[in-house]
Amino acid sequence: MTCFNASLAAKREALVTRARIVQSIRAFFVGGGFLEVETPVLIPAPAPEVNIDAPRSGGGYLQTSPELAMKRLLAAGYGNVFQLCRCFRSEERGRRHLPEFAMLEWYRSNADYNALMTDARGLLNHVATELGLDESVEVFGRKIALAQPWEELTVEEAFERYAGMSAGEAIEKGVFDLLMVERVEPNLGLSSPCILRDYPAPLASLARLKPGNPKVGERFELYLNGLELANGYSELTDPDEQRARFTDEILARRAAGKEVYPMPERFLAELPAMPPAAGIALGLDRLVMIFTGACSIDEVVAFTPEEL
Amino acid sequence: MYKASDLKKGLKIELDGEPHIIFGFEFSKPGKGQAIYKCRLRNMITGTQFDRSYRSGDSFKPAALEERDMQYLYNDGTFYTFMDVKTYDQINMTETQVGDAKDYLLDNLDVQILMWGEKPIGLTLPNFINVRVVKTEPAARGDTATNVTKPVTIQTGYTLQGPSFIEEGELIQVDTRTGEYVTRVKG
Repeated sequence: MTCFNASLAAKREALVTRARIVQSIRAFFVGGGFLEVETPVLIPAPAPEVNIDAPRSGGGYLQTSPELAMKRLLAAGYGNVFQLCRCFRSEERGRRHLPEFAMLEWYRSNADYNALMTDARGLLNHVATELGLDESVEVFGRKIALAQPWEELTVEEAFERYAGMSAGEAIEKGVFDLLMVERVEPNLGLSSPCILRDYPAPLASLARLKPGNPKVGERFELYLNGLELANGYSELTDPDEQRARFTDEILARRAAGKEVYPMPERFLAELPAMPPAAGIALGLDRLVMIFTGACSIDEVVAFTPEEL
Repeated sequence: MYKASDLKKGLKIELDGEPHIIFGFEFSKPGKGQAIYKCRLRNMITGTQFDRSYRSGDSFKPAALEERDMQYLYNDGTFYTFMDVKTYDQINMTETQVGDAKDYLLDNLDVQILMWGEKPIGLTLPNFINVRVVKTEPAARGDTATNVTKPVTIQTGYTLQGPSFIEEGELIQVDTRTGEYVTRVKG
């Protein structure tokens, strides 16, 4: 009986590519004037969200995102920052999900979400060039061109085109997520990456509302062949508005019988010092899937939780 | 009761009063949204297949299925009869229900019958059975280069490919999952 873990050894090519991708991400952001930062994984108060659960650890929680710490850095004058870190989300497991996963987040001071879309496009093309790919990648077997103009549409347009009802109606009927998964996402990013932007305000609780259109928040998601890669916002800077949104989420969690997180007081106290800003979270494991043609997230990580 | 987060491939649940098995499963979670559990389901009685998506908060009744140890007795051309080894109760299954397992049913073979209440809906054979060869060409002498395998018929009437040295009357082991010859058996 052999001790040699053949299936682990077989991941070598993917893991070597993964390492190259990480180095190329660093080069992109450092070259773009961003500071790499590290913030604690174990935190006392996760940003409360009704659908995202942070695992408990010791006297606190494992972060679902470094967002609050990153914004505190912006509030202290740090300009443009990025971080590669571990994030945790309970009960999320599937072909594209791991309960512990790798995240890339970057934030720009004095910018809005449009700048992040430009960054995302630059990043994907930079990584493709570094890896020597011919400007297209394979995502779940479909070829997606990175260098051509990217697809862009609003959530309202996407629902009208694919869902059979308006986004507002879907939210009212409680079927927004179902329709996203069944009808909208499978149609996004089929030949080039797709930016889905301007989410209805109730679904953009951490985003600034669009000046001139308060029904919509400045939030966007990046999709390639239906695979959700990144989520970005023009950040909300009003602490009263932010506290109210956090309260809504906490109450929604309580109503759903979920654990109630403490209000992030330190973050709220420092938020007034934050300049107008934009921030984005990108799934690093999924980025590696895109650049290796992997059909499952299991193929691009050294160990899945089941393999430990 | 199962929660939505318990759903996975292979799970058996009761829907509309009948047992269903999840044979395909996909977890989805559109950014910041609720988890959506997409299932491909098969009705274990009718065989009908369909897709259905569920949300967190949905709950499911486990299918009250029972595996019973039984023995194969005989078939009368229409029904295959099995006997519960503990209670001596007999149940019948049709040839359609038995399916490919009919090629491996030996007298008194120990099997497991999947019961939905009092209704048999599935049959699990042992992985390997020892069976007698009732018909095959005599073992080739010499010339083994061209006669590597030959058709071999076993006592159930099923024919498989076996090595050329097998003779009629011999006992062989067959893998019921693949229908293939495994080895010669002494006896």
